[in-house]
Amino acid sequence: MTEQLSTAAPAPVLEARGVGKTFTGVTALQGVDFTLRAGESLALMGENGAGKSTLIKVLTGVYQPDEGELFLHGEPASFAKPVDAQHAGISTIYQEVNLVPLMTVAQNIFLGREPRNRFGLIDFRKMQEDARALLATYDIHVDVRRPLRSLALGMQQMVALARAVSIDARVVIMDEPTSSLEAREVETLFRVIGMLRSQGIAIVYVSHRMDEIFTICETVTVLRDGKVVHNGRLADLSRVELVALMLGRSVEKVKRGGVTAFGEVKEGEGEPVLTARDMSRKHQISGIGLDIRPGEVVGLGGLLGSGRSETLKAMAGVMQLDEGSLTVDGKRVRSGSVAAAIKAGVVMLPEDRKAEGIIPNLSIRDNIVLAALPRLSRAGFTSRAKQDAIVDVFMKRLRIKAASPNQVVSELSGGNQQKVMIARWLAMNPKVLLLDEPTRGIDVGAKAEVQALINELADEGLAIVLVSSELEEVVEGSARVVVLRDGSVERELRGSEVTEHHLMAALVGENHSPAEESPAEIKERL
Amino acid sequence: MSTVTSAVRLPQKGSALVFLQRYGVYLAIALLLLFNLFFTPNFMTIDNFRVQFIQVVPVLIVALGMALVIGTEGIDLSVGAVMALSAAVIPLYIGYGPLPAAILAVLAGCLIGLANGTMIALIGVQPIVATLSLMVAGRGIALLVADEQLKSVIDPGFLALGRGTIAGVPYSVLLALVLVGLVAVLVNRTTFGKQLVSIGGSRRAAELAGLPVKRVLITIYILAAALASIAGIIQTARLSASVPSTVGNLIELSAITAVVIGGTPLSGGQVKVLGTVAGALLLQLIAASLIKHNVPDAYSQITQAVIILLAVYLQRGKAVLK
Amino acid sequence: MSLALEPSVGPATTKQVTRERIAGNVQRYGAAIVLGLLLVVGSFAFPTFPTLSNFTNIATQSSFLLIVAVGMTFVILTGGIDLSVGSVYALGGILAAYGSTWGIAGAVLLPLLVCGVVGILQGLLIAYGGMAPFIVTLAGLLGIRGLVFALTNEGANTPLIKDAAVTALGQGGILGLRWPVVIAVVVVVIGSVLLARGRGSQTVLAVGGSESAAVLMGLPVARVKFSVYVVSGLCAGLAGALNAAYSSSGVPTVGVGLELSAIAAVVIGGTLLTGGRGNLIGTTAGVLLLTVIQNLINQVGSLTSSVQAVVSGIFLAVVVIIQTVLSRTQRL
Repeated sequence: MTEQLSTAAPAPVLEARGVGKTFTGVTALQGVDFTLRAGESLALMGENGAGKSTLIKVLTGVYQPDEGELFLHGEPASFAKPVDAQHAGISTIYQEVNLVPLMTVAQNIFLGREPRNRFGLIDFRKMQEDARALLATYDIHVDVRRPLRSLALGMQQMVALARAVSIDARVVIMDEPTSSLEAREVETLFRVIGMLRSQGIAIVYVSHRMDEIFTICETVTVLRDGKVVHNGRLADLSRVELVALMLGRSVEKVKRGGVTAFGEVKEGEGEPVLTARDMSRKHQISGIGLDIRPGEVVGLGGLLGSGRSETLKAMAGVMQLDEGSLTVDGKRVRSGSVAAAIKAGVVMLPEDRKAEGIIPNLSIRDNIVLAALPRLSRAGFTSRAKQDAIVDVFMKRLRIKAASPNQVVSELSGGNQQKVMIARWLAMNPKVLLLDEPTRGIDVGAKAEVQALINELADEGLAIVLVSSELEEVVEGSARVVVLRDGSVERELRGSEVTEHHLMAALVGENHSPAEESPAEIKERL
Repeated sequence: MSTVTSAVRLPQKGSALVFLQRYGVYLAIALLLLFNLFFTPNFMTIDNFRVQFIQVVPVLIVALGMALVIGTEGIDLSVGAVMALSAAVIPLYIGYGPLPAAILAVLAGCLIGLANGTMIALIGVQPIVATLSLMVAGRGIALLVADEQLKSVIDPGFLALGRGTIAGVPYSVLLALVLVGLVAVLVNRTTFGKQLVSIGGSRRAAELAGLPVKRVLITIYILAAALASIAGIIQTARLSASVPSTVGNLIELSAITAVVIGGTPLSGGQVKVLGTVAGALLLQLIAASLIKHNVPDAYSQITQAVIILLAVYLQRGKAVLK
Repeated sequence: MSLALEPSVGPATTKQVTRERIAGNVQRYGAAIVLGLLLVVGSFAFPTFPTLSNFTNIATQSSFLLIVAVGMTFVILTGGIDLSVGSVYALGGILAAYGSTWGIAGAVLLPLLVCGVVGILQGLLIAYGGMAPFIVTLAGLLGIRGLVFALTNEGANTPLIKDAAVTALGQGGILGLRWPVVIAVVVVVIGSVLLARGRGSQTVLAVGGSESAAVLMGLPVARVKFSVYVVSGLCAGLAGALNAAYSSSGVPTVGVGLELSAIAAVVIGGTLLTGGRGNLIGTTAGVLLLTVIQNLINQVGSLTSSVQAVVSGIFLAVVVIIQTVLSRTQRL
């Protein structure tokens, strides 16, 4: 290999030239060029369906490109399977921690390359020492003999990262690594990323969180519809410009209309339909009280671990409360029973649509009528006519795009699956709709439709509680926002206070007026 | 985002593989009948079919229950023991008449189903070990109930179940047909049926949709046990004797095989009632064809094994889809 | 998945860690503790129980099942299951009897060779063919039993072992212990060392703990899954051969239901049926427990094998219930 001294920039570590990938007629990637240099941290941006995941899978050997070539250190490279990419120095950190929960920290770090003694047997003492030393270089101190699952999620992600880079990685690809981390853990992660870069390791960073991108990334590649639409330094772009690039809309339009499709929002009037008082559960939430009125969307703000999902789960009867009460229309609802909550008119769209929402093997019809089935049946016998009437109404109203109601729900796009879930609950004539990340993982168009639908439902008098990790969504979609922190209510934002600015201040626990601090500064601390 | 399975190539709609997955059992039955038409004398006769149907009844009835259990992503190894227990109970109460005895036998079997269901649904024990423990204990209990003896049953009303016919169709076959119909209605036309496959498809999602998951699971295991009990009663009537030591031995394996060949995936979420019937028939026809050609039993067992592997290999793509 | 992990907002408290440790230890050593209790109670209750000859008897009876259970432990640790071991056990016995005409080498090597091939075929279908272990080995259970009957004229033949050296392998011994016992101990020791510190042992645990993670980490998942079925086939074949040597004949009907006893012993021994955690000391305790229960019931005299089945079944149920409840505590 010929080494050339370059004064301008470090040599490219990993390059893609004209990469294309097609799945049964659908083009996922087309003519993608991409360059990554040593020590660089590159943000890979794009909406869902833009081709990010496919590109990552091509780079890590999960998929093989149909056309184009990959170059590693200037030499053509091809990876038949993920192991090949790993051996070539490309490691990946996934959204979910991909380690073995039952095994210890040390075992996880050295899986597949355990140190051995002269008899060829595993040397556990050396393994533990090495693991401890490795973690210490990143200033992480943890008992390496503990099973991984006893660690907090953030720490588990750190262990995954330590493992990834200890395999002589030259490139680390991070696919939404912070989606389940707390603010403090994100900080640690960023510090470690800084250390890796100073060692000349290149980082590809995928995240939907703008704050993170602007904090730690140097360059950016934007994908849209499988093509690269922008390559360059991140510092040259404003946030609005970046969003405009991703969405393919003009900057003015993004500025004017915001990024969401929510219309006018207003606070509800009259008596609250749902009243929660002093909801508490050990280690998770404490003393949370809420009043939700018909016709309003109440945002539930908070970082991950703030108790926002737990609050929804408590109200939906998924999580048993230690203390506190929940009343709907003046009637007390038994805690810890989904059936009781549904009967009272409280329903929840769960966060993990694939694992907790849809029944993948059943048809759209069956998924929609699932909860309402006993009502659409006589003496336990189902009535196709009654089902079809309901299904027809909701498929039209929610604009569910499918070949027919008989289509298996797992074949639908994420957005349409989410609409099926909403239809399932609307068929129950609920009073309160709890939405946990309703637009996560669905494409831009469907996202707008779901957001517009939320608006519409509130206008029709439904009480809605909205949880979203996207600040814009919470701010633009809600009339007021209850902000949670460490499992209790931090403060409530109403009227003109409902801005990203105030929300962020509340998220980090600023009680005084945040006027003297600029949003950028607050974002940095996030 | 990080699904590894999505890299596996899925069969295209309309391909030969999909056709085989869906209609393989029926195709195999047709081919087998065709083969016998030309090469086996006296195979395509009413008498022979009557014999084949009578013989397939116990496995078929047990397989119906097994299909329900497998639909919930479970398995029931205790069905043979349940058959033994119901067989053991019959001679104790036959003095009160055939019907009371049969009802008590079914109830006794249901107790094992209740124990299975409780362990699985309420405590969260894995179906395979829960039912394994009752498979071992159940057979023991059956033998203790029967005083470890073979008892002959001579009540004529009871024996009619094994021998009587209506218009040439044996009672037991009619009973099996009725049960097939009932289970088919249960699966396809009732709330319970939809809840069953939903639990098999995604137990967590079913819980969050407010379905009575635990109640459905317990009911399923009781139903499987009830069906196995009926199979035990029919077998006892056919043998004119209660033989708790051997009745239903290894029937769990034949039943699972019939269900799987019939196209119900072990991963749950689907129940193919007609497929299960076809699966049981196919097993029976294979055994019969081999016997008629004087192929030793040993080879028919090997053939069965190969067919299971083939059927499941063809269905592989479907499991990946999920 | 995400739900089970989510509640652990912060690092586990010391109280949780202690509780977890206790739960873990009960799961790991529970079988050994119960075994100890049974031995003490049995010794007080029946004067004929704590005799040397009875204990050697128990050891011999346990040895065959133990060897099978060692292979089964490896399979279950990967999250798999091997239902074919009972049939392979019978096949090993028949082949040992046929092979004994070539002396001791034939009696040992022939069964190991053929049963190893059985394991290889099943392993290929499971690890590389992507088929469910339950189904593949169920087919193995049926098919291999069929093969056994085909080899013995529908089970009518019971090939006898006339070679004295071969029968000595089953009936002779050293220091009062029969060779099968000695061999079983050696198998457990080698297995334990391999499992604790051998190459690939970590992958076995990783595959059982989280197969998708193991794949993404680039571990040789398929190779390890393949290997455990080969090991299980070899263990079952060896145990069958020793049993044939012990009884001087290859009996075609032997080993029916053996897979269930082996699975029961492994589970009682604290190995999670879902894989990822377990050890052979526990499996040994599990096997001994099953044999001792049987022995104690025989001591009573008036009780029969049906009582034994009832007790073993209920015992298994109690153990798995306790295990399930315990592992729920650990999932804090």
